[in-house]
Amino acid sequence: MDFALNAEQTTLQGVLREFLSERAGETAVRAQMAEPAGFDRQLWKRMGAEQGLQGLAVPEEYGGAGFTFVELGIVLEEMGRALTVSPFLASAVMAPQLFLALGDTEACERWLPGLASGDTVATVALAEDSGSWESGEVRLAARREGEGWVLDGHKSFVVDGAAADLVLVVARAEDGIGVFAVESSAEGLDRTPLPTMDQTRKLARLTFGGTPATRLVSTDAAAAVERMLDLTRIALAADALGGSGRVLDMSVEYAKVREQFGRPIGSFQAIKHMCANMLVELESSRSAVYYALWAAATGHEDTSVVAPMVKAHCVDAYLSAAGDNIQIHGGIGFTWEHPAHLYLKRAKSSQALLGGSDLHRRIVAERIGI
Amino acid sequence: MDLSLSPELADFQEEVRTWLDEHVVGEFARHRGVGFSWDAEAWDLRLAWDRELAAGGWLCMGWPHEYGGRDATVDQQLIFQLEYARADPPFRATTQGQDLFGPTLLHSGTAEQKARFLPPITRVEELWGQGFSEPSNGSDLAGLRTRARRDGDEWVIDGQKVWTSHGGYADWMYVLCRTDPEAPRHKGISMLVVPVDQPGVDVRWIRNSLGGDDFCEVFFNEARTRADLVVGEVNGGWGVAMGALGTERGTTLLAEHLRVQHEVREIIEAAKANGRTPDAALRQDLVQAWTDARIMEWNGRRLMSAIKGGSTTDPTTQASLSKVFASRAHTRIGETAMRAQDAASELVGADYSLNRLQQVFLGTRAESIFGGTTQVQLNVLSERTLGLPREPRPS
Repeated sequence: MDFALNAEQTTLQGVLREFLSERAGETAVRAQMAEPAGFDRQLWKRMGAEQGLQGLAVPEEYGGAGFTFVELGIVLEEMGRALTVSPFLASAVMAPQLFLALGDTEACERWLPGLASGDTVATVALAEDSGSWESGEVRLAARREGEGWVLDGHKSFVVDGAAADLVLVVARAEDGIGVFAVESSAEGLDRTPLPTMDQTRKLARLTFGGTPATRLVSTDAAAAVERMLDLTRIALAADALGGSGRVLDMSVEYAKVREQFGRPIGSFQAIKHMCANMLVELESSRSAVYYALWAAATGHEDTSVVAPMVKAHCVDAYLSAAGDNIQIHGGIGFTWEHPAHLYLKRAKSSQALLGGSDLHRRIVAERIGI
Repeated sequence: MDLSLSPELADFQEEVRTWLDEHVVGEFARHRGVGFSWDAEAWDLRLAWDRELAAGGWLCMGWPHEYGGRDATVDQQLIFQLEYARADPPFRATTQGQDLFGPTLLHSGTAEQKARFLPPITRVEELWGQGFSEPSNGSDLAGLRTRARRDGDEWVIDGQKVWTSHGGYADWMYVLCRTDPEAPRHKGISMLVVPVDQPGVDVRWIRNSLGGDDFCEVFFNEARTRADLVVGEVNGGWGVAMGALGTERGTTLLAEHLRVQHEVREIIEAAKANGRTPDAALRQDLVQAWTDARIMEWNGRRLMSAIKGGSTTDPTTQASLSKVFASRAHTRIGETAMRAQDAASELVGADYSLNRLQQVFLGTRAESIFGGTTQVQLNVLSERTLGLPREPRPS
């Protein structure tokens, strides 16, 4: 019984940190930031071919490596630390976890191997212009046409929606909520990248006009969507953990070398205590994220309460740490050239994604019976 | 990262659960969760409960058999704390000897000292008080002024200690004294073991802000103790006092963290009973309280893994940051507890008796002070863990 990463997990963490600092450093991040639908396809291929990251938590029968959500969380933490610009969250967490939660084995056999290898980039389209991530709010209509289904309506805030080859669309059919697979080449599908404040996470608006789609089989699609959302919440908390760790490191490094009044600013208690408080929050977030990853990996009954809880807590802590990092850096931290603002923006976009922290605490309140 | 139980641990969990089911009955069951680290409420009952635990062999579990322990593993101690929290018995009264002095003696004491003092601690026959803080030296403990000088085969002690938890019940005290006034401040301090029942020791209760008796001030006026009752080296007391973090410190923190979940449930029930739960702002804070309580649990469990050595986290760092997080979060929880009760939160009972939620509101103010203030912890974390430069000291 250990509340800590084991030796293999620690090794994975080290390998990834090195891989991302070599292949996806700040210069690479900034190059991809400028492209509203862009991501580094070469990096994506290396992530698949050299590290097998996209298929890490996909079961072996569907072409993955069969590791658990804990290992996936380690990857997300490192990508959050490096601000990696890639469709990993959409294509290696949201889409495969939705396939698995739905339990449509035929669809899993058809699409998951492509997702696991990285050959297919996929995403999930749930929110619409209202910005709500509750499947009860979905308006986009699915109707039967001949043997198949067609979709009419729109989706927005779709993570990597402009880059995805495959979109899993949550739509309203006559018998309730369903999930529909749409390939990017489908007729009547129009995709517009959305300009975002956080340029490391791409969003898109999608419109559907009589777009043909394949309905995925499920006994309870709304429950599967909620399961996927819970796992994505935990994934965002892991990304936030990585970012929080990096901004603390930046603050401490700078506070040791920047001198004012003839001494390093890190020798003043005002700065020291800011850093130590960031450490307290960072490590408390780590406890929360590791527990949540373990709960998700083992299917623990706690997962549905813990997921919105850690999402709200860890992204809020991240936002606060990213702000403190700017403060410790002074004027230089407010410039475009310095990376401090990139973390503040990623923290803010993580907070907004899937609904803000107030919403997530409302979800927890309902789930613990308040 | 694996929190599942081995079959052996599952059996142990069953054994603990069964024992607690059979023993948290009668008066103990009627006083579930009574008492805090900052009070002496229901003292006799809590003392009786400690003796019940002692008879079951559940105190000082990690100590060697020869001193009255059961050589329990860290995992067993963790399981015990989780089950203990679930059962929510009265809060232990005699933690000073079991969780603080005992582990120090195990680490730094002589064989004779261990044989003499440890077994009565495990049997709850002798109670202990800590003599560290002084009126002029709290956070700056190394400047302490209580002096001890040798007189034949005895030490003679003069000075004053303060904030001695439950000092009025103590049979013995472990006291940091200046034994070499000429040496640098950290190098002239010794830890002496002093019997309380003697003319030279005067213990007076101090009333705390809850209106209860909790801690004491202790006056030493030519108090005496035997020359061999020094823990560790003479003039080596600073290192002894700041020494290795015992497993017990981890279990104490974890136990205190876990029982907060009962408080939060009580706060939620109070909010429901007062019709306050539709209030959107309060709902947010109730969830924050539950979140904080869960994070305290996870921080505490990580500390146990760090103590076991199954983690890259250093246990001293983990203990320090767990304490900072918990004392801050617990204070927030105390504030939410008052809001959940609304106007009634202002009303107290006869003789200034407080309900449990009022106690949490006031009592948590002590948690960011005792055992090293939050500010001292932040200094230690920033210098030792983060490696930030020390503050220049006035020469």
